[in-house]
Amino acid sequence: MSFEIDLTLLRGERTITARIASEARLLALFGPSGAGKTSVLDMVAGLLRPDAGRIAVGGEVLFDSAAGVDLPPEARACGYVFQDLRLFPHRSVARNLSYGESLAPPERRFMELGEAAAFLGIGHLLDRAPRSLSGGEAQRVAIGRALLAGPRFLLLDEPVSSLDRTRREEVLEVVARIRDELGLPILYVTHDERELERLGAEVVQIGD
Amino acid sequence: MLSPDEWQIVVLSLKVSAVAIALTLPFAFALAWVLARSRMPGKVLLDALVHLPLVVPPVVTGWLLLLAFGATGPIGGWLQRVLGITVMFRWTGAALASGVMALPLMVRAIRLSLEAIDPRLEAAARTLGAGPWRAFASISLPLALPGVIAGAVLGFARSLGEFGATITFVSNIPGETQTLPLAIYAALQVPGQDAAVARLAGISVLLSLAALVASEVLARRSGRGTHVL
Repeated sequence: MSFEIDLTLLRGERTITARIASEARLLALFGPSGAGKTSVLDMVAGLLRPDAGRIAVGGEVLFDSAAGVDLPPEARACGYVFQDLRLFPHRSVARNLSYGESLAPPERRFMELGEAAAFLGIGHLLDRAPRSLSGGEAQRVAIGRALLAGPRFLLLDEPVSSLDRTRREEVLEVVARIRDELGLPILYVTHDERELERLGAEVVQIGD
Repeated sequence: MLSPDEWQIVVLSLKVSAVAIALTLPFAFALAWVLARSRMPGKVLLDALVHLPLVVPPVVTGWLLLLAFGATGPIGGWLQRVLGITVMFRWTGAALASGVMALPLMVRAIRLSLEAIDPRLEAAARTLGAGPWRAFASISLPLALPGVIAGAVLGFARSLGEFGATITFVSNIPGETQTLPLAIYAALQVPGQDAAVARLAGISVLLSLAALVASEVLARRSGRGTHVL
């Protein structure tokens, strides 16, 4: 199984639940804004603790409330590309990219900075500051930073929703290549059906 | 321009303020961190306590320091017995007094810079493999640094001007605890010292102005709309 997720989170009046068991390499969480899609990603990444449940990716248990397993975020090896990107403002593009790379154990790394830059077409941006990047450039840098940390799987939160049509196509192309060429399981959040069709993703509905 | 005695006063003032800020800075940072980030109960009370030296009459702060650090005080007695040191009537006591008086301003400046940092950046660092300490040291600390430096410089300026708590706590001893403001006060008590008063006051104003400008420039350089002035 790529993704085995069964979790419950109470947030005030609301209950977020997700039940997923999938072999898909690209699994999309689809649903309206505010349905809790990002919360599901945060729980998989270890940034938010479910009230109960179990999360396993590629057979490795990340969280299991019954067994008392709760790996900290740094031990989960997830490449999380946030909707708001969260590039480090005080570091150049190159030093954003190398942040996770320098922390990853060598056996988990599958890419070097130069390769990632070429793969994503961001080689000419390495000396730039994050705030000087366009939306599409920043998005690709954020993806590169996640890939270089040697992740076992990727979490992509609305990676193209803030981009214009041309940039959108560029980033979707990159996502498809990550799936096909790198073989990383991807959990992909969106509220746009066209992206799902374009990527041929298996879809899980979150919320009503 | 200045007589050797006056130079000595300036040097002592700078030494007292520098030591005061170096010793206070870690506490100021820790307090600012707790006030900016933690959700502990009683935070309002801690906030008020930190700000107390800003509003309580300085002579009261000096008197409280006397009670705590005097030879029979809880902290002073322990220092005397265990380490064999005393800060009473010593320049170290002057540094302690001006450090306490500078603390609220330093906490405020550092807290503002910490609150301007998006905690989600640290969360991102965690997902990239950094433990909590490394995430703090590599992301939040460098982002807060301009504010920390601004707070330290502002505290230094405040410390240079410290009078009431110092004279109450460690008295006005030339060569030991007589910093610039205390020397100006002493000179004012003696007829015919107008020129000396003017020289020392001028230096006081220049040093304070330089520190304030430096502090504001550093805060602006952090580029997130933080201001000290």
